[in-house]
Amino acid sequence: MSSRRSRISEEEITELISKLQSLLPETRRRGASRASAAKVLKETCNYIKSLHREVDDLSDRLSELMATMDVDSAQAEIVRSLFRS
Amino acid sequence: WRAPPGTRTLTPRFGPSKPMLAFRFLRALTLVHRTAANSSNAARSRRIQRAAFASMAYSAGPRRAWSRALLCRLHFHRARRRCAGRRRAAGVPRRPSTTGSPADGLRRLVPGGTGMDYCGLLEETADYIRCLSEQVKLMQSIVDSVGPGGR
Repeated sequence: MSSRRSRISEEEITELISKLQSLLPETRRRGASRASAAKVLKETCNYIKSLHREVDDLSDRLSELMATMDVDSAQAEIVRSLFRS
Repeated sequence: WRAPPGTRTLTPRFGPSKPMLAFRFLRALTLVHRTAANSSNAARSRRIQRAAFASMAYSAGPRRAWSRALLCRLHFHRARRRCAGRRRAAGVPRRPSTTGSPADGLRRLVPGGTGMDYCGLLEETADYIRCLSEQVKLMQSIVDSVGPGGR
């Protein structure tokens, strides 16, 4: 892996890491200064895991809602609200 | 899967379009409703989750390694389902990392990550996170508009 990395500059990697950092929610809130690569990667892993959990939870809620709602009128309302936002 | 004519082959700046994502996901939800109306909540929830990852992957298309990996996984699972009776939701990375470097942990979480070099992994991760959070926002707004208070 090290021979490939020497062809890619350290600068590029640093830039990619800070791009990742800018996507993390904590960074957006606190405007944190640049963290180490290892820390950014760890936080990124945690963030992805929390996003997966959110998809899980929202799937559960949608499933419950689906059991009770009238899908056709719900669909119209959803489309309206999506294009409003 | 072929991109429709006129589609740019360069990576779009902000990922898949939101209306397309919404359209695909709503269509999948309608299908789940029609075919799983009498299933248990858990089974329906798994199908919705699979639909979420499928919509994400189809909207991103084959331009990204993570979406290609998800699409492969989904098709593979669909073919296997005919023979085996496995209920595990396809396309969903399930095993949290407990060993290895942070980059290895990331490789396990991002679809298709295990084959990537370091730079590719960082780029794919950024795109994956963007698309994943769009999907979450979409699902949240659907829940908000249909949930208690809505109809």
